[in-house]
Amino acid sequence: MSEDGVLCGTFFMNGDVACAEGAISAGCRFFAGYPITPATEVAERMSERLPHVGGVCIQMEDEMASMNAVLGASWAGMKAMTATSGPGFSLMMENLGLGVMLETPCVLVNIQRAGPSTGLPTLAAQGDMMQARWGSHGSYEIIALVPSSPQEIFDLTITAFNLSERYRVPVLVMSDEAVGHMSEKVVIPRIAPEELVSRRRPDVAPEQYLPYKSDGDLVPPMAVAGEGYRFHVTGLTHDERGYPVMTADAQDQLVRRLVDKIRLNRNDILKYEEVGVEGAEVIVCAYGITARIARLAVQQAQDEGIRAGLLRLITVWPFAEDRIRELAQQVKAFVVPEINYGQIVLEVERCAAGKASTLLVPHMGGGVHSPQTILKAIKEAVQ
Amino acid sequence: MTNTVTVEENTIDSLLRLDRMPHIWCSGCGIGPAVGCFIRAIWRAGLDPDKMALVSGIGCAGRAAGYVKLDSFHTTHGRALPFATGLKMGNPELNLVVFSGDGDLLAIGGNHLIHSARRNIDMTVICINNFNYGMTGGQMGPTTPLDARSTTSPYGNFEHPFNVPYLVAASGATYVARWTVLHTRQLESSIAEALTKPGFSFIEVLSPCPELYGRMNKQSKGLDTMHAYQQRSIVKDGADPRDVAITSNGHIVVGKFVDIERPTFWDYHKQMLDRAQGKQP
Repeated sequence: MSEDGVLCGTFFMNGDVACAEGAISAGCRFFAGYPITPATEVAERMSERLPHVGGVCIQMEDEMASMNAVLGASWAGMKAMTATSGPGFSLMMENLGLGVMLETPCVLVNIQRAGPSTGLPTLAAQGDMMQARWGSHGSYEIIALVPSSPQEIFDLTITAFNLSERYRVPVLVMSDEAVGHMSEKVVIPRIAPEELVSRRRPDVAPEQYLPYKSDGDLVPPMAVAGEGYRFHVTGLTHDERGYPVMTADAQDQLVRRLVDKIRLNRNDILKYEEVGVEGAEVIVCAYGITARIARLAVQQAQDEGIRAGLLRLITVWPFAEDRIRELAQQVKAFVVPEINYGQIVLEVERCAAGKASTLLVPHMGGGVHSPQTILKAIKEAVQ
Repeated sequence: MTNTVTVEENTIDSLLRLDRMPHIWCSGCGIGPAVGCFIRAIWRAGLDPDKMALVSGIGCAGRAAGYVKLDSFHTTHGRALPFATGLKMGNPELNLVVFSGDGDLLAIGGNHLIHSARRNIDMTVICINNFNYGMTGGQMGPTTPLDARSTTSPYGNFEHPFNVPYLVAASGATYVARWTVLHTRQLESSIAEALTKPGFSFIEVLSPCPELYGRMNKQSKGLDTMHAYQQRSIVKDGADPRDVAITSNGHIVVGKFVDIERPTFWDYHKQMLDRAQGKQP
C-alpha cells in the first residue's frame, strides 16, 4: 500500500476485488451500488477501501438510483462506477441511456450470471452480451470490455475509465461469475498519472461555452457543476447549447455524432488477442472465461495436427468486424463458444458474410464449457 | 460570492434562460409563479448561483431545469433525486435543488423520495403538485384526490392519494412545508429558509392545471383554482402532518409543518471516515 491508500504490489484476490482495486487505481472516487450476487464483493470492497482514498461509497435503494447517482457524481467531476449483475443490469438500462445522451463518463461493471430473470444467481453465464449492445432504447453505440481473469479485470477496469473519459460514454466491463469469484495472482503496478485519461475541459469563458459543440473532435469538452458555467443538459434531443430541440434535424445531428464518435474511432478502442491465427484453417472466436478454455482446446487441436487458432475478443463492443472480415477470407470456419444460446456468434456470422462457416458451441449457463466440447467442435468444423 | 453581486442584477430575468422563452407552460399554470418564487428565494437567501445545481425529472414541472440559469440537469422520469444525490456526494459544496412534479417525485420516483429523506441528504425539493400528469394529457396520479376526474379516472378516482407532507416527514425530512402558488410571499420565504437549512427540505407547492385537471374538475381557468385556494386554505404552521391530507372539497392546510434538527448524511459520513481511517491497514 502506498501513502495515498492506492494498492501496489502482488496479491491473491478474486475478480470482484481486483475490479474494485482497478477502479481505485484508475482514480475512481465514487461508487454507488445495490447488493446483488455475484457482484456484491465489488461493492463490499469499495465500501471498505474508498474511505481510505478520500472517496465516497453509497449503497442506493435500487439499481436505477445507483446508475443515476453515478451519473450525478460524474457531473460533479468524479470518476464514478457501479457494479451489478443481470437483474440489476436490466434496471440500469434506463439510465445507461441517459449517460449516453448526456455524454457522461462512467463505468458500469456486470458480473454476469445465468438468466433470464433471477436465473442462477451464483453461477456463471455470458447471456447479457447483446443487452450490453442494445439494452437501452434508441440508436447509440457503447463500449464493452470483457476480462478473462482477475488480473485482466483489474487492467481493463482502468482501460474502461480511460475510454469513458476519452469518449464521454459509459463503458461496460462485461465480466462473469467465474472470473468474479476466481482467486488468482494479481499484480498491481503503480499507475503513473500520465497513464490515466481525464475528460477534456472547456477552455473558453462560461458565456461562450456550448456544452455539446464539438470542436473538430466528435467529443466535446465537458464542464462540471459548480464552476460557473451555468450549463443545461437534458435527456431530450438537444442542440449544441444543450437546449431541447424537437425536430428530426436536431435528432439526426445528435445521434450521428453520438454513434460516430465511437464508430469512427473503433480502431483506437478495439483490443483483441490472437494465438496461432496465421495460416489457420479454423479459428475459435471467444471472450471472457470461455476464451481461457478455448485456448486449451486450440492447443490440443494443434497437437493433433489441426491448423487451429484463437481470436480472443477483449473489446466486444464496438465489434472487431474488420478483423473478422479479413480472417473470413482465410479460414474454413469460425467456432464460437459462449455461455448463452448464441449471441456474439451472430456478429461473427454477419462479418464472415458467407466466406467462412460459423459454428456455435453454446452453454446455457450455470458452468463453463469443457475443453473437449470445444475441441470436438473444432474437429467438426474442419471436416 | 453574494457581496460581489449588485442589487441591479438580482432580478428574476437574471436567473432565467431568456433565450428559451416563451416557455411551454399553459396559460394559467402555476409552475411559472413557483419558479419566480424560487429565483427570488435564491436572492433572498443570499446564495451564489454559481455554487448551485438544479435537477429535474420528467413532466411539466421537470421543464423548470431548462429555464433557470444554473447548472441544471433534466434527467429521466423519477430519477432526479438519486442524480442529485450523486452530484452532492461528488461536490458537497453545491447547494442542490430538485424541482419536479407530483407524478415524477411520488409515483415513479417515490422510492427515491423516501430514501433521500431517510438519508437526510442536504438538498431542497420543490414539488409542484397539480394532482395529475399534465405533460401526458391529464391522467390520475398518486396525489389525485378521491373522486376527482382525470383521463384515466373518467368515473372519478377510486384510489387513496398520498398525504405528501406526512409521507416525507415520516421518512425523515428535517423541513416540510406546503403552500399554494397563491401564497407567493410565504412560498418565497419558505424556499429561502429551506435553501439554507441543512438536511432534506421538502416543499409541496399546490398549482393550478387549468387545461387538464382543472377542466375536468370544474376549474377550467387558473383563476378558478386560485379562488378555491383562497377560500379553502388555512395557514397552520406546526400542524401535525398526519392531519393535512387533501380532499376534493375540504380545507387545504398550508404552512410549515416540520422544522427539526437531525444529523445529515455528511455528518454521519464524516464520523464513519474517522473510524475507517483509524483502521487503515
